[in-house]
Amino acid sequence: MTDSGGIGQYTLQTVAGSAQGKRGHVTDTTSATRRPESLERVVIRFAGDSGDGMQLVGDRFTDVSAAFGNDLATLPNYPAEIRAPAGTIAGVSSFQVHIADFDIVTPGDVPNLLVAMNPAALKANVADLPPGAAIIANTDAFEPRNLEKAGYHSNPLDDDTLSAFTVYPVPMTSITVEATRETGAKPRDAERSKNFFALGLITWMYTRPTEGIVEWIDERFAKNAMVRDANMAAFKAGYHFGETAEIFETPFEVHPATLPPGRYRNISGNVALAYGLIAAGQQSKLPILYASYPITPASDILHELSKHKNFGVRTMQAEDEIAAISVAIGGAFAGQLGVTATSGPGVDLKAEALGLALSLELPLVLVDVQRGGPSTGLPTKTEQADLLLAMYGRHGEAPLPIVAAYSPSHCFDAAFEGVRIALKYRTPVIVLTDGYLANGSEPWLFPNVDELPDISVPFTTEANHLNEDGSTEFWPYVRDETTLARPWAIPGTPGLMHRIGGIEKQDGTGNVNYDPANHELMVHLRAEKIAGIARDIPPVVVDDPTGDADVLVLGWGSTWGAIKAASRRVRAADRKVATANLVHLNPFPANLGEVFARYPKVLIPEMNLGQLSRLVRAEYLVDAKSLTKVSGLPFRAAEIEARILEMMNV
Amino acid sequence: MSDPVVLTKKDFSSDQEVRWCPGCGDYSVLTALQLLMPDLGVRPENQVFVSGIGCSSRFPYYMNTYGIHSIHGRAPAFATGVAVARPDLDVWVITGDGDGLSIGGNHLIHALRRNVNFTILLFNNQIYGLTKGQYSPTSEIGKVTKSSPFGSLDYPFNPLSVAIGAEATFVARTHDLDRKHMQEVFRRAHEHKGAAFVEIYQNCNVFNDGAFDHITSKDKRPDMLVQLHHGEPVVFGADNQYGVRLNEYGEAEVVNVAEVGTDALLVHDEARHDPTVAFALSRLAETPTSPTPMGVLRAVSRPTYEAEVQSQLGAAQANRGPGDLRALLESGGVWDVV
Ligand code: SF4
Repeated sequence: MTDSGGIGQYTLQTVAGSAQGKRGHVTDTTSATRRPESLERVVIRFAGDSGDGMQLVGDRFTDVSAAFGNDLATLPNYPAEIRAPAGTIAGVSSFQVHIADFDIVTPGDVPNLLVAMNPAALKANVADLPPGAAIIANTDAFEPRNLEKAGYHSNPLDDDTLSAFTVYPVPMTSITVEATRETGAKPRDAERSKNFFALGLITWMYTRPTEGIVEWIDERFAKNAMVRDANMAAFKAGYHFGETAEIFETPFEVHPATLPPGRYRNISGNVALAYGLIAAGQQSKLPILYASYPITPASDILHELSKHKNFGVRTMQAEDEIAAISVAIGGAFAGQLGVTATSGPGVDLKAEALGLALSLELPLVLVDVQRGGPSTGLPTKTEQADLLLAMYGRHGEAPLPIVAAYSPSHCFDAAFEGVRIALKYRTPVIVLTDGYLANGSEPWLFPNVDELPDISVPFTTEANHLNEDGSTEFWPYVRDETTLARPWAIPGTPGLMHRIGGIEKQDGTGNVNYDPANHELMVHLRAEKIAGIARDIPPVVVDDPTGDADVLVLGWGSTWGAIKAASRRVRAADRKVATANLVHLNPFPANLGEVFARYPKVLIPEMNLGQLSRLVRAEYLVDAKSLTKVSGLPFRAAEIEARILEMMNV
Repeated sequence: MSDPVVLTKKDFSSDQEVRWCPGCGDYSVLTALQLLMPDLGVRPENQVFVSGIGCSSRFPYYMNTYGIHSIHGRAPAFATGVAVARPDLDVWVITGDGDGLSIGGNHLIHALRRNVNFTILLFNNQIYGLTKGQYSPTSEIGKVTKSSPFGSLDYPFNPLSVAIGAEATFVARTHDLDRKHMQEVFRRAHEHKGAAFVEIYQNCNVFNDGAFDHITSKDKRPDMLVQLHHGEPVVFGADNQYGVRLNEYGEAEVVNVAEVGTDALLVHDEARHDPTVAFALSRLAETPTSPTPMGVLRAVSRPTYEAEVQSQLGAAQANRGPGDLRALLESGGVWDVV
C-alpha cells in the first residue's frame, strides 16, 4: 500500500463522481440507506480566519482520529501575527490532517477536502486542491465585504470559479446561531462556536466517534457553562446537519491502521522533545536546568517543561537568549543537565556562549527549532536553513555534535540522544528540529520506560594528577583516553577546586596558556573529540529493497517523511530507488562514505539552498544533486518523486 | 563547617601568578577578600567565583575556589545558573564598569530584580583597561581617551542608582584604599540573603590614574567620604561638622550641622523598604569629586530567587509526587494496537 494510492481515485470516484454539480447538488440518497464508504486515506484541510479556531478544530479531529486508531500526520499553518486583519488572506490560518488505515509519513500533498470558513480561506487554499476535491464553504461568510477583502470580484460560489471541485455550501454561521439560541448566548458570541459546527459536520462525514469530543468540550469549558453549551450545541448541530441535510452523499470511514503492536499516544514535536529531555534527565539521574527566552516556534517546549517541576525540572524564562544559554551553562558547571532551546535568531545570539561551553567542555544541549530566515524571517513557517549555522556558526575552530529529529515523535529520541552525547563527551550538542515537526503531530508507539538506557556519567571526586613530589592534584583538562572527555568535577567537591574560562587552556592543567604549540594541540584535541563520536553512533541505514538502485535519496530532519512517501510512489511503479536519513549530522555516521560509493546518483532534498549537499560534497567529493525548497512549507512527496524520476531519465 | 582546621588566606589563594599591572587597585581588593574569606566560615570548595571579561574579571583565577571566567558581560547569567542549580553554594560575581554596565547591563539589572542569592563586586575604574583605555559607561562626560579624542559625549551611569532602580535588595559602595572598609562591606554583602551589589571605586593607575583621588586620598577622606551607619544621623568631616539632610523635594543635600542642627539630619535607615531615600543618597555626589556616600545604602529582605524556585519544585512534588516517566508518557490518552 502506498501513499500515492488514494488521492486521485478517491476524489474523483467517490466525491466528484456522484456530485459533479456545484451549489446544492442534492443526491437522492436518503440517510436510512447511507452506509459509510471506506477510504484508505483522506487529507482534510480546515481553513479560516486566525480568530476562527481552526487549529483547535484540527487538534480535536486529530485526537479523535488518533484514538480511533488511524495513522495520521498533521500540518498546522498560521500567520505570525496574533490577530492579523480579519477576513484577509494574511489572516488565514489552516490545519491539515492526513488520516489513513495504513502507516503514513507525511501530512499529505494535497487536500481531498477543504473546509473554508470565509472567502479569504478559500482563496488562500484553493490553488492547493486537485481537480475533483471537495470544498465545504461557510456561505454566511461569503458576503460582499468579505469577498472584497479576499479580492473576489464576484462570489466564487455562484460563478464557475470552482467548477473543477465539488462544492458543499453550508450556512454554518446562521445554523450555529440558531442551534445555540437556547443556551442564552448572544448571537455575536454564538457565532464564535461555528468552528465546532464545522467539527461536528466533519466528524459525521468521516464517521468519527463523538464521545471524545463531547468529553473534551465538557472539560475544557467547564468554567464557562454558556460557552460550553454553545460549543456543544454547535458541534451536535454540525453532526446532525451532515446526517439529515442530505446534501452529502454518504459518510466515509477510514479504518484503524494496522500499526506495529504496542501502546500508542498522539504527540507533537515540541511535546515529544520536552518528554525526551525529561526522560534523559531521569536516565542520567541529573536534574534539568532549562532556561530559554520566548520565541516562536520553540516556546511550547518551555511551556511543557514548566508543567513538570515534580520531575525536578527547573525552568527559567531568562531576560534574553544570551542569558538563557548562560544560565544553562552555569547549571552544567554546577552539575546539572543544562538545556536551552530557541529558533534561528536565538541561535545567532547564543553563538558566543556556545563557543564558551565548547571551550569549557561542559555538557549542554541547545535545541534549534528552525524557522524561515534570515533575520525575523517567517516565524511560524518551517525551514531547514540552520544546518550550516549549527555546523559553523561560531568564531574559531568550534566543532560540536549535531543531532536532527525527523518526525514529531522522533523529537523524543533526538533530545535523548543529544543529552547522551553531551554528557558522555562533555560538549554542547545542537539538536535540530523545525517548525513543521514542532507543531505537527502523529501517533507514537512510545518506548517502554524500563528499556531506556542509563546515560548517567560519574562526577569526578578524586585528584587525577600525580606530581613528582608524590603529591596529587586535580587537573581539569586531563582527558579520557577513549572519549577524550575531560573530568566533570562539580563545586562542593573538596580538593578539586578549579577555574576555567574561555581563554585558551593548557592541555592537562587547564591553566591560561598562550603558547602556540599548546593552542595547536588544543584545537586538534577538541576537533578529534567530536570526530571520534562517529565511533559511538549507529551507521546510516539504507532502505533499498532490491539492493541495486541507481539513485540514493539522502535526507535529514523533517524531509524524511516526504522522501519516504516519494520512494513508495516510485517503487509502486516498479522502479528502484534507495533512501537514507541522517540523524547525526556532525560527525556523520562512519559508513556514510561507503554508502555513497555504492550509488552512482545521489539526490539531497532540503528546505534550504543545499546545505547538506555542500557538506557531503566537501567531505566525500560526491556529486550530490540538490533539490531545494524554501517556501516555508514542507516538501510534497510528488515534488521529490518528480525529481527522482527525472534523475532516472524517465 | 565543623572542620577543626583553621583556614587561612593561603587556602583561598590559587597557585597562579597574579598578572595585573603593578600598582593596580585590583591587588588590594584581592588581598582584602582573600584575608576575609577564612572568617566567612565557608570552605573553598563551596565557593564559586564567576566573572566576565576585563581586568578585574581575571579575579577568579587567583582564588583557590571553583570559578568560571566567562564571556563579556554575562557573568550574572552564568552565576544565576550556578545559584539556581545549587543553592548550597556561595556564589560571587566579579565584574567591572564596562562588563557589568555596558555590554552586560541587561543581565545585571535582571539578576538584581530577581534577587538571586549572590554577591556582585563591581570594580569601577571609570575606564576600559584591558582594551587599553577607552571611556566607559561611568567615565565623566568630556573624558578624553583614545576613542574620544575630543571628549566623550555619553552621560555616565551612577552604578548605585542603577542598582537601586533595578530593585536591588542590597546596595553598597567601598573603595580600594581602605581594606577594613572593604572587608566590612564584603562581609555584609556576603551575609545578605539575595543579590548584594557592591560598587568598588578602583584605581586603574595605567589608564585612569587618580580618578578617585579627590575623595579617597588620605587627606581628603574625612571631608569627602560620607560614611553611612544604620540608625545614625548622616554626618562626616573631621569633626562631624557636615551632615546630609533631605530637602523639601526629598533630595539629599550636604549641610553644615552647626547651621541646621542635628535634628534636621537624615537618620540612615538601610532597611527602609521603599528605595526613595536610598536613591536620593545615591545621587548625593554626581561625580566622585564632592562628598560621596560610602558603606551600605540599602539592605532589605525579600525572598531569594532560588529559594522560590526550590519551593515551587517542592510544592510540585508534594502535590503530585515525584515524577513518574511512564505516567507522563501515557498522559493525554493512549490506545493499544494488538
Ligand atoms: S589596565 Fe588598569 S585596571 Fe587593568 S590591570 Fe592595569 S592598572 Fe589595573
